[in-house]
Amino acid sequence: MIKHGWLGVAIGSLMALAMVGCGSSGSSGNSNEPQGATAGGPQTEGKKLKIGIVFDRGGLGDKSFNDSAWRGIQKAEQELGVEIRKVETKNEKDYEVNQSTLADAGMDLVIAVGLNQETALRNVAAKFPNVKFAIVDGSVKAPNVRELRFKEEEGSFLVGYLAGLTTKSKKLGFVGGMKLDLILKFQYGYMAGAMYADKTITILPAKFTDNWDDTQKAKAAANVLFADGADIVYHAAGRAGLGVITAAKEVGKLAIGVDSDQDDIAPGSVLTSMIKKVDAAVFATIKDLKDGKYEAGEVRYDLKSDGVGTSEFKNTKALIGEANIAKMEEIKKKIIGGEIKVPATEAEYNDFISKL
Amino acid sequence: MAANVFVVNTLVMTVPMALAAIGGMFSERSGVMNIALEGKMLMGACTLALVGAATGNPWIALGAAMVVATIMSLIHAVLTQIYKLDHVVSGMAINALALGSAKFLSDKFLDASKQIAFLPMEVFVGLGLLIPFLTAAWLRWTRGGLRLMATGSDPEKCRQIGLEPVKVRYESLIVTGVLCGIAGSAIVTNAGQFGEYVTAGKGFMALAALILGGWRPLPTLLACLGFGVTQALQLQLQGSHLMGASLPSEAWNATPYLVTLLALIVLGAKNRAPAGLGKP
Repeated sequence: MIKHGWLGVAIGSLMALAMVGCGSSGSSGNSNEPQGATAGGPQTEGKKLKIGIVFDRGGLGDKSFNDSAWRGIQKAEQELGVEIRKVETKNEKDYEVNQSTLADAGMDLVIAVGLNQETALRNVAAKFPNVKFAIVDGSVKAPNVRELRFKEEEGSFLVGYLAGLTTKSKKLGFVGGMKLDLILKFQYGYMAGAMYADKTITILPAKFTDNWDDTQKAKAAANVLFADGADIVYHAAGRAGLGVITAAKEVGKLAIGVDSDQDDIAPGSVLTSMIKKVDAAVFATIKDLKDGKYEAGEVRYDLKSDGVGTSEFKNTKALIGEANIAKMEEIKKKIIGGEIKVPATEAEYNDFISKL
Repeated sequence: MAANVFVVNTLVMTVPMALAAIGGMFSERSGVMNIALEGKMLMGACTLALVGAATGNPWIALGAAMVVATIMSLIHAVLTQIYKLDHVVSGMAINALALGSAKFLSDKFLDASKQIAFLPMEVFVGLGLLIPFLTAAWLRWTRGGLRLMATGSDPEKCRQIGLEPVKVRYESLIVTGVLCGIAGSAIVTNAGQFGEYVTAGKGFMALAALILGGWRPLPTLLACLGFGVTQALQLQLQGSHLMGASLPSEAWNATPYLVTLLALIVLGAKNRAPAGLGKP
């Protein structure tokens, strides 16, 4: 055993390295010590606001809404001079621990990113009545929680409308993560938009991957849709959905991105992205807190407040055509004006279609 | 066209599982319980993406992926053979180490603007279908194969006839690492990009297939194929009105695990598992 002494040292240091690795990404479920990021930016009078953020299982680098939330909070760090701390969560069981840790560490505001943190936040918000919270996508009714919710169906309607104008095969597809009410908003908004553009379009049965991770499965699902004749597939499957974009690139068809601007993941293969401006919502919440205007309760981000929208079509402008983009702007005005009421559920969708 | 896609989908989902499962077979046949397939695959996947983007040479990337996954596997060997750690606990440690490292490395060093150089997926499909057959032949007809089987069945008797089980285990875990490296590479190649989530539990599916296949290479390949067909079929049928489409998707997703459990109950795990599994 003695002659293997050096191995023990090697393993010991490896394990230490691993723990550092976990710590720096904040990914360890048991890490009670969230990683701090010290604030730069202009000093403001008095003490700096401390803002904590707990990411969803998707975590940073999802090219989707976690990244978007992170952009919002970084902007606040630079422009409002707040101090920020972030924690990534690898295991759903740890949401409560991570939220409590930040609340306990003297944060003024703790932002929970993602619907999955709902249950945890309900408990934590009650335990820390003096700390303010905000949750992205979730619904938590408490005097110290602000709900940042989005009208995904409105943004989805716009990308669906564009897909309806652009499709040549007159067949469209959709790949969802899980069959949740949240994801169905994306699906029915998209379907309604496409049908509004052209009633003769066939929308193939939606495929669901049943998780947010399996990129291979989402790609396989998109390939099924492409083989069945679709030429544009919209995804709302989180990180797994990146597989839809890979599939589109490989078979020379089109994907529509979601949450963040995904147009550049495969330039020319992504028609547009339905952008959910989580960054703007997060920034606005922090700014409200700073200005003493923080209020609990639901805040809706829709087309009108520019909380959802499309990307800038920088790679696909020629493909879509200026005329179609102008048409879309018209539709956008109609939605904002309340002339078009975008469906968010199956029942509303059927009703919408019957009136077309 | 639709049939074509079904076959392709089945193959691309089967192959990484099959490679990892055969890797797991080597390890478990030598007596090392291996729940760390997922972690080893993940490190392979991460390395392929990093090296593939940095060098632009897919063969170097594949080689590096095999090497790094093998290092993970050797750490596993050292933990279980020298420090006699519990096989399940050390396997979990490997998985955690891989998840943290993959996230850290890809965050820090993966340049998203650079294209990863990929081999054609056909290479991996070919390997994934060929290797189980080669393994079966090797186990049955070579001295090394028989030694591996003997070590897994009764390490104590092997010592009495002058075999060194620990040596066999090191060799086997190297093979496990190499195969997991290829499996992880296959996943990234198919997915087209890397994220630390990309293996999505396929290492555990591979383990289930290995158990279902009775720790034998060809039945294990068949089990993987069964799992692959289930997934591809589910995607094909979703939203249609064909038979089975009305089943909730949770039922479809649970099928591989249910079948494995049923097989364990009906056939009995005790008689089929290597008798020396987890023994010193």
